[in-house]
Amino acid sequence: MANSQRYTREIPHRYRLEAQKFPSGFVSLSRRYCDPISGKKEFEKINLKGTGKILTYTIIHVTSDQFKLLTPYAVAIIETDEGARVTAMITDTKFEDLKIGARVEFVFRKIMEEGASGIINYGYKAKVVE
Amino acid sequence: MIGIVGFGAYVPIYRIKSSTIANQWGDDPASIEKGLMLLEKTVPGPDEDTITIAIAAAKNALKRARIDPQKIGAVYIGSESHPYAVKPSGTVLIDALGIGPHVHVADFEFACKAGSEAMFVAYSHVKSGNMDYAMGIGADTSQGAPGDALEYSASAGGSAFIFGRENVVAEVLYTHSFTTDTADFWRREYQMYPRHGGRFTGEPAYFKHILGCGRALLEKSGMKPEDFQYAVFHMPNGRFPLKAGKELGFKQEQMNEGWIVNIMGNTYSGSSITGLTAILDVAKPGDKIFMVSFGSGAGSDGFIFQVTDKILEVQNLAPKTREMLNTPHKVYLDYGKYVAYRKKIHFNEY
Repeated sequence: MANSQRYTREIPHRYRLEAQKFPSGFVSLSRRYCDPISGKKEFEKINLKGTGKILTYTIIHVTSDQFKLLTPYAVAIIETDEGARVTAMITDTKFEDLKIGARVEFVFRKIMEEGASGIINYGYKAKVVE
Repeated sequence: MIGIVGFGAYVPIYRIKSSTIANQWGDDPASIEKGLMLLEKTVPGPDEDTITIAIAAAKNALKRARIDPQKIGAVYIGSESHPYAVKPSGTVLIDALGIGPHVHVADFEFACKAGSEAMFVAYSHVKSGNMDYAMGIGADTSQGAPGDALEYSASAGGSAFIFGRENVVAEVLYTHSFTTDTADFWRREYQMYPRHGGRFTGEPAYFKHILGCGRALLEKSGMKPEDFQYAVFHMPNGRFPLKAGKELGFKQEQMNEGWIVNIMGNTYSGSSITGLTAILDVAKPGDKIFMVSFGSGAGSDGFIFQVTDKILEVQNLAPKTREMLNTPHKVYLDYGKYVAYRKKIHFNEY
C-alpha cells in the first residue's frame, strides 16, 4: 500500500471485499479496467463472502522492515468461493495446518504501519479454519 | 421494548500466563494466581489493535442482530487504546462493515468504562426515537508497564452491542451512572504506560463507584440482589469484583458466569461488558442481569437487563465468549515474544 490517498481509494476492496464480476464469469477482487477474458468493460459489483481455499502458499523468512515483527509468516494465493484469486497474508494459523486445499476465512487485520507517524494500513488477511 | 438486539465478543488467540510474567520479574507466581486470581491473560496478535478487535466483535453482533448494517444510525467505540491520537477508530469500522455513510460516529474514552459509556449513549439514541438501531462497543489492547502490577492483568478483547426496538434479546429495564473526579489512574499524552495510585485504586475509587452505582441502581429499580440470575462487575483483577458483588448482596453463583477475568485478564473498556456477553451466551428467557462497569477517573455505569425469549434464536449464531477464551488454538507466548508483540521495546525507525 502507499500514501493516504491511494489507501482511501482502495478501501472498498480491502475492507469490504468489494469485487467485480465480469460477464465472462471472471471475478476480480482488485479493481481491473476490463475483463481479461472478453476485454469488455462492463461488470457487476459483488461482495465476496470472505471464504475460500488455499491454492498455494510460501513461508517468508526475510522481509522488509514493516513486516519484521511477523517473520516467519505465510503468504497464500487463495481462490474465494466466488472464484476470485487473491494473494493474502496468513494469520493466526500454525504452519502445520497450512495445506493446499485448506479452507480459509478472511479476517480484518492491521497490514502495516507507514512508520511511526504515517497512516496505519488495514485490510484482509486469511486464517485456516479447518 | 428497547434493548440489545445483537451482541458479540472477540478475544485474540494469544495468551501469556501470570507465572511467565512473575518468573520474569522475580515475583511469586502462586501469590499472583491466588492473590489476584489471575491465571493467564489475552494478548493482541502483532496485527491486532483496538480497531480490528472492535470490528471482529461488531461482526459477531451483526450476525446475531440479523439486520441490514445500513439501518444502524450511530456507532460508538469506547477504548483507552485507540490506535490513532487523531483519526477516529469508528470510521474504519463503519466502512469495513458496510454501515453508513449516513451514520453518527464517535470514539469515547473513560478509562475502563468507555465501553459501557458507548452502550449508554447508543441505548439512549434508540430510547429517544432518534434512530432505529445504534451500536456501542468497548475494545482495548490495554497497556501495563513492565514490572508493574498492571502487567498481570492488562489484556486485549472487546464486545459490541446493537440496541433497537424490534427482536430485542435483552431489554434494558434501568440504568444509572455514578461519577466523581478521582485521581486513581491516569496516562498523560505521549506516555506509553498509565500510572496509578496503588492501593488508592481500591476503596476510594473502584469500590466507592461500583457500590455507589450498584446501590443506586437497586434502589431505583426496587429490586433486590436475589431477584437476579446473574451479576457482573468491572474486573481489574479476580478479587475486586467478587468482593464488590458480595458487599452489594450478590452470591458467588450469581457472579460465576460473567467472571472471566481469571482466564482473560482485564480488557479495560471491554471488561464487564465481555463478562455480559458470556452471560448472554447462556442466559434463559426471563433471566435478569445486573451489570456495573468502572472507569478510573472515575465513574460507573449500571444496567439492569431482562432476557427475552428471542435470546434462544441468536445464542448460536456467533462464537460464544467462553468458547473463544478456551479455544484449543490458544498460543502461549514467552516473555520475549510478549514484549515484542506489545511493542514494549523500541525498534529502529524505518
